[in-house]
Amino acid sequence: MNNFALYLLIMAGVTYLIRMLPLVLVKKKITNKYVVSFLYYLPYAVLAVMTVPAVFYATGDIWSAVVGFATALILAYLGKGLMTVAICSCVGVLITELILRYLV
Amino acid sequence: MKKLQEFNDFKKGIIDGMPICLGYLSVSFAFGIFVMNQGVGFSWLHALLISMTNVTSAGQLAGVPIIAAGGTFLELAVSQLVINLRYALMSVSLSQKMGPSVRMIDRFLISFINTDEVFAVATSRKEMLGRKYMYGLILMPYLGWSSGTLLGAVAGNFLPEIVVTSLGLAIYGMFTAIVVPKTKENKMTALCVITAVVLSLIFNFVPVLKGIGDGFIIIICSVVASALFAALAPIRQEGTVNE
Repeated sequence: MNNFALYLLIMAGVTYLIRMLPLVLVKKKITNKYVVSFLYYLPYAVLAVMTVPAVFYATGDIWSAVVGFATALILAYLGKGLMTVAICSCVGVLITELILRYLV
Repeated sequence: MKKLQEFNDFKKGIIDGMPICLGYLSVSFAFGIFVMNQGVGFSWLHALLISMTNVTSAGQLAGVPIIAAGGTFLELAVSQLVINLRYALMSVSLSQKMGPSVRMIDRFLISFINTDEVFAVATSRKEMLGRKYMYGLILMPYLGWSSGTLLGAVAGNFLPEIVVTSLGLAIYGMFTAIVVPKTKENKMTALCVITAVVLSLIFNFVPVLKGIGDGFIIIICSVVASALFAALAPIRQEGTVNE
């Protein structure tokens, strides 16, 4: 962890500059439709790539992860809020882990 | 009268920020655990410092494994740039909502905590936003994000292992809750997300490609999918896609 301070500086610095520069500098809206479109799609693509396949290794067992992820997908599809989806998917994992450990 | 109005604006901001704060508690708790589980000697202080200086779930979740693996500074910087690039668009939009009371110094401070959820709440307001409202709005989420991380890093070790394991899904659950409603609303976003997922699976399971590194895999897959759909289905205005 010798370089932690440097890593932290780079990570926080890049993140802050991205948020700060447009708010401080840009007064007009971006009009190029391809740039606007790219920025529109990007967050969803990023979150999807970060979730799959990493979500399947996020718990102790791939099957509990599958149940948790399926719970999240269904509740998100039903339009539930962030907190509800996050907590219920964790409960789904917990129940599956308990079943796998003590009942199977 | 002016003082009272400002205080009411601040209070309104605090109230609007409370649900975000509660949501962040559970997710940042999981992030605290996530940091401690890297197995490379991170302490609670490392986790807390990352959360207090970054205030971004996806960026932190991508950055920590790169730091843990001793990745290059370039890999870390580019991963943060690509994952957090969406904030540039949000900050541009937010700048259009800033009322006359927002000074230059306020813009430097407010942008520090312009998260997805803060942005969503701020832009959902009809009127122009004052500085007191914005400070109220960002205060509680910031406290929730920081204290949740600390609690997760410290108390995560005292919780039963099975509970900690289960909380590992919290952050991905939140990501799912952000992405899925948007794909339901818009066919092109759905196809873009599916393309990104297929690319991600290819890069993660084809042996040669896996060696590229997690940070760059996230960048390549998301940029390719987004650029492809920006070319195929450019949006007409913010939020409306040609179908």
